[in-house]
Amino acid sequence: MQYEISGASRLPIYRQLVEQVREGIARGDLKPQDQLPSVRQMSRDLVVNPNTVARAYTELEREGLVANRPGRGVFVAEPRADLTKDARRKRLIETIDRLLTEAVNLGFSEEEVARLVAARSRQFHWNTPNSAPK
Amino acid sequence: MTLAIATDRLTKDYGARRVVDGLNLRVPTGCVYGFLGRNGAGKSTTIKMLLGMVRPTFGRVELLGHDLAALPPSVRERIAYLAEGQPLYGWMTVAEASRFARAFHPGRWDGRKLDQILDHFEIPGRAKVRRLSNGQRANVALALAIAPDPDLLILDDPTLGLDTVARHDFLLSLIHLVQREGRTILFSSHILADVERVADRIGVLVDGVLRVDCPTDRFKEAVSRVVLEFPGKPPAFPGCAGLVQAWEVGRRLELVVVDFGDDQRRVVESLAPLSWDAASMSLEDAFVAYTRGPRRSLPVFDDGPPEAPSTATSADRGAA
Repeated sequence: MQYEISGASRLPIYRQLVEQVREGIARGDLKPQDQLPSVRQMSRDLVVNPNTVARAYTELEREGLVANRPGRGVFVAEPRADLTKDARRKRLIETIDRLLTEAVNLGFSEEEVARLVAARSRQFHWNTPNSAPK
Repeated sequence: MTLAIATDRLTKDYGARRVVDGLNLRVPTGCVYGFLGRNGAGKSTTIKMLLGMVRPTFGRVELLGHDLAALPPSVRERIAYLAEGQPLYGWMTVAEASRFARAFHPGRWDGRKLDQILDHFEIPGRAKVRRLSNGQRANVALALAIAPDPDLLILDDPTLGLDTVARHDFLLSLIHLVQREGRTILFSSHILADVERVADRIGVLVDGVLRVDCPTDRFKEAVSRVVLEFPGKPPAFPGCAGLVQAWEVGRRLELVVVDFGDDQRRVVESLAPLSWDAASMSLEDAFVAYTRGPRRSLPVFDDGPPEAPSTATSADRGAA
């Protein structure tokens, strides 16, 4: 998996890294038990302050996406079983609400949004087979 | 938290002009501090006062816990400085420049590390300094600054005049250097993308006053651009807390605001715009908006709003 950061981005560097790992996991480029580069390695590869990489990893660990095994490294975590279905549903609903707000601000109608979501979902490479839409 | 650099109301007047005004600079030990400001904002004067090369009109400087006026040689040895333009004697060879620099740090010189760095950049010891490219000279100067294994390194615009590749290599050396714990680096720069990559914290001087002093991410996340659309000519903006700038562009009103929150949202909605949108900005855009605004009313910016203690603590942990 390739990581890259952009100075022109509106996101702070640590958030750019968090998003890339998150997307990598969602697309299946990163699989459970895969090891992420060490803070030192990532910091040298991307030429960023090691504290920034450490902050991204701390954030990912807090979200339960990676696990830090002291002395061995940072690994992609198994899919979350600790959150209840309700809690996961709640989190997804918050994200959907943000999407809808953005859609309204950008002047899209309800039908247009529904069509777009369906179209993107067909193109999306769903990671787990049992969640694939039929 | 111990401080590697602490200044107390540091002030410098040149004639009637106050170039540095009551500066309370606090750089925590182990921090990489990006020191920013437009040309003439007072950065170089401040750096020279930190090193005792310019005498302050008023105020004090403490480096590594010692008053600058009474800095023992054993502490001075632990501080390295890279001046603007990396001045080295052009008639010396690289090896001669190394011997010359070593004399200032007799007890702490790591000749092996120096050779490693010069080797890495393929700079032979017998090369004349004046025949080096700008990038090579910058790397020699940095290597000489690192050789005494300093606890505090102060760099005045170290990447000025370097091409993209040379700047990249220079930053890479700086990253390697950061990876020894507890080392503090303060550097001034105009290249915001570089600053964002390497600095834990930034300080922004505007007309000699430190207007921003906070974690780099915090500055980027806290400055937002708000755009309001109106059916006709926009109404005058009544102002709000944290406002940096407000201007009209046709039927739009554009604002730059620090810590956009519920209070500011209420002000925006009270104008009943057709639509409005708030978005964060790149570090460069945030810096430009911030330093170009009307000087007197600029909101002073520090570690964070009291209602967001969690971000402040995670940033502290990141810098530790």
